[in-house]
Amino acid sequence: MTQTEVSHSPNKKSPGKKTTSSVNYIRSFAIGLIIPALLLIIWEVASRAGIFPQYLLPAPSAVISTLVALASSGELWTHVSSTLSRVLIGFFLGTIVAVVLGSFIGFFKPLERLFDPLLQALRSIPSLAWVPLFILWMGIAETSKVTLIAVGVFFPVYLNIVSGIQGVDRKLIEVGKVYNMSTASIITRIVLPASLPSFLVGLRSGLGLGWMFVVAAELMGASEGLGFLLTLGQNTSRPDTILASIILFAILGKATDAILKQLENRSLRWQDRYET
Amino acid sequence: MLAVQKVSRTFDNGYKAFKPVSFHTEQSEIVGILGTSGCGKSTLLRAIAGLDLGFDGEISFQEQSVRSGTEHTGVVFQEPRLMPWLTVIDNVVFGLKGNKQEKREKGARLLRAVGLKDTEKLYPRELSGGMAQRAAIARALVTNPQLLLLDEPFSALDAFTKMQLQELLIDLWETNHTSMLIVTHDIDEALFLCDRVLIFRDQPGVLFKDLKIDLQRPRERGSLEMAEYKREILQSLDLNHDVHVKSAI
Ligand SMILES: Nc1ncnc2c1ncn2[C@@H]1O[C@H](COP(=O)(O)OP(=O)(O)O)[C@@H](O)[C@H]1O
Ligand SMILES: [Mg+2]
Repeated sequence: MTQTEVSHSPNKKSPGKKTTSSVNYIRSFAIGLIIPALLLIIWEVASRAGIFPQYLLPAPSAVISTLVALASSGELWTHVSSTLSRVLIGFFLGTIVAVVLGSFIGFFKPLERLFDPLLQALRSIPSLAWVPLFILWMGIAETSKVTLIAVGVFFPVYLNIVSGIQGVDRKLIEVGKVYNMSTASIITRIVLPASLPSFLVGLRSGLGLGWMFVVAAELMGASEGLGFLLTLGQNTSRPDTILASIILFAILGKATDAILKQLENRSLRWQDRYET
Repeated sequence: MLAVQKVSRTFDNGYKAFKPVSFHTEQSEIVGILGTSGCGKSTLLRAIAGLDLGFDGEISFQEQSVRSGTEHTGVVFQEPRLMPWLTVIDNVVFGLKGNKQEKREKGARLLRAVGLKDTEKLYPRELSGGMAQRAAIARALVTNPQLLLLDEPFSALDAFTKMQLQELLIDLWETNHTSMLIVTHDIDEALFLCDRVLIFRDQPGVLFKDLKIDLQRPRERGSLEMAEYKREILQSLDLNHDVHVKSAI
């Protein structure tokens, strides 16, 4: 018996590879910062020179000082936390319903024929069209907002779960059958891990939609939250408040997505992907 | 040991993969199923593995019908079919039940046996084709099967890796004397590995010949006796059949 193949195994990463890749990462990050930084400087200079009128486009420094003022008065935290909790609650509710329904429909073909036409029809409704109905049913309090977000999160998660489960390689399932595994253990040990990548893709796009829908939900009437700040800025002619709120949305959206991305990297280390 | 009695398989679309076949295999025997592509070899093997119970006739192993369970069989497919999310060792012990520590030890032992000592923690994507198929063989052997079924296990590998793995299979057989049934379309492979070759031909397939290979082990590739057997097999496969028909027209 020969061992030659084994000695060529690629398990030893070449030393220094990690440091080179992190240097590369920092470098490309820095390169990506050049244009935004330039724009910010031009914007600041132009605002101070009076080229952009203050009441339409305040300088970046003015936006930052608005943010600082909001933060020091404690208001910022109230708005951020109420928006964040709406998104998270809606995200979890939508995900849970999608997981339950998606797993059943993915596993049992007849159920798909029963449910899928309805779900496809519902999906083609632009979700904002639900807003008046939800307000009518649940008032403008938290329930209708969270429901709207949950609806937005539901569809991408559901669709990805179903296609993930149905896309599992039949050949891998046969391996389970060779070992006389029960249907339950084939599901938990083969189908679920194999459809995990697709599920995680669904989670990330669901979260993205959750952020979009929280804006809509808060614009339709709220007494706190980042969407409320947007309306407030509009009604009081304070573009700095609007811009501050937009920046906060960007930061929160990116941060929550980064968490999911981290989760994805950690649980999909086995995947054969092009690594950057 | 394995008894196949008047087994045939007709698919739902009415197509017959092969006509009724009957054969027996002995304990510790390495039997080859040799035939051109499309003559129903995989279909027959899947029936014996219990993966396709839609066949007619009766298949039993050690007096137990495959319809009531196949816990004594291991299967190696043409592709490694490793779970990409499991490390090599977790793949090897995939079909084992019980204590974690015992599983580890057993998996590690089998990995050593197939020549994959230092790969326990690797993921399948980090393996070469030959290494992955070695892991698949280890996974099939981990439950101590008394019958190992292999469906063209080396046909996707390059010529040298193929020979290494054929030798590995013989090495493993020399320690365990596991009965094996190997589907192949490679005559040299059949002659190197098998005690007996069942030759299938035509579509739907028929079992045309049951040929005993009386060669001493270790066998020498390309020996004169082998060439003689090869000629005999080629003649019975009747590969020129179509050509004759065409020239007659
Ligand atoms: N599920 C199926 N339904 C219909 N025909 C099939 C099915 N599986 C295989 N066949 C047909 O049966 C024949 C034998 O297939 P197979 O056993 O895979 O051949 P081999 O392994 O000898 O190349 C082929 O003609 C193939 O097209
Ligand atoms: Mg085949």
